[in-house]
Amino acid sequence: MKPSIPPQAWALILLLVGANAYAHTQGGGASGFITGFAHPVSGLDHIVAMVAVGLWGAQLGLPAIYLLPLTFPLMMAMGGMLALVGMPVPGVEIGIAISGLVLGLAVALRWRATLPVAMVWVAFFAIFHGHAHGAERPDGQDALAYSVGFVIATGLLHAAGIGLGLANGRRAGQLIVRAGGASIAAMGGYFLWQALT
Amino acid sequence: MSQRFVFRMIGLLAVPGVAQAHLITTGLGPLYDGLGHFALSLECLLPVMALALLAGLNGVQAARWCLWCLPTAWLAGGLLGMLLPSSYNAELGSPYVLMALGTLVGFAVKLSAARMAGLACMLGFALGYLDTSGLAATSLGLVGLLGVCMPVFVLTALIAAGVLALQHAWMRVAIRATGSWIAASGLLLLGWTLR
Repeated sequence: MKPSIPPQAWALILLLVGANAYAHTQGGGASGFITGFAHPVSGLDHIVAMVAVGLWGAQLGLPAIYLLPLTFPLMMAMGGMLALVGMPVPGVEIGIAISGLVLGLAVALRWRATLPVAMVWVAFFAIFHGHAHGAERPDGQDALAYSVGFVIATGLLHAAGIGLGLANGRRAGQLIVRAGGASIAAMGGYFLWQALT
Repeated sequence: MSQRFVFRMIGLLAVPGVAQAHLITTGLGPLYDGLGHFALSLECLLPVMALALLAGLNGVQAARWCLWCLPTAWLAGGLLGMLLPSSYNAELGSPYVLMALGTLVGFAVKLSAARMAGLACMLGFALGYLDTSGLAATSLGLVGLLGVCMPVFVLTALIAAGVLALQHAWMRVAIRATGSWIAASGLLLLGWTLR
């Protein structure tokens, strides 16, 4: 037997059976996450350094490919914490600019640093990035949601760097990755010049 | 469009349901309010996720123990929280819990099934007690507590099973990276708390 109700009618009936929509969910939660997520990707000086960490890790291979991007968010969080408790770190903007310059050069020159040395450099620079983010934290946000968004965005930037760095397995890819590193170093140099003038 | 159909539609339109734009005041009933509370509380979600990741990294036996111990302990802690609510601010402990669990996942620390069960019991009891204490002023009651415990069970099962099913080494590395992110979030939260 053919159905007596046409599809349009079913559509109309479905529209009448509205699900509950939460107009007001937990205050500050969503905005806190989005604000935190947007923070690391809001400045080119931060972006290039974080991508460079991923690129350098990919160049150095295992285990640096995952240890460097694990080190950076942890130490960045440490820098953010220092800023939040009001502990100053000198030359934050200069440190951020130098991080782009040094990490970009490391990629461009294929610096085969030992794992501890690479980790120390990355950890050192992460403090500056974290401090800058922590010092610029907005008020009235859900603290945990902000923190989670902030860390996820940082980790995803590293992942983007690692993804690009995987091209390193091919000869042409190596050149592209090194050219990317040189570009990051150039940008770091520009940011340094801006920070000093 | 037939006349009969039009009359039917008019009839349906004449019987509207209540549309509640501000459910924060009306709620969805204690069970779903409990479920919604858990789903919207990162302070509850993140530790459960971290523990489930750790359980998955420690093998089937550890994950099975964790799966049953965590929600059961949460329920026990929640019952105590309903009877003897604490005034302690649960958020003060969140950074340390996240840092500890995130570090354990980040280093993929090996734990026996018994230790995993012990950790799940401690964490579940503490979180259940503190979380339910905070909800003591609401009318969620036992049904609301069950509404919290159910997603704890489901989330633990899904995440732990997902980790156990991972085949490639790099996927385990991704899990460990997630652990470090959780630890980093805890560290940042500590800064907010100390501010």
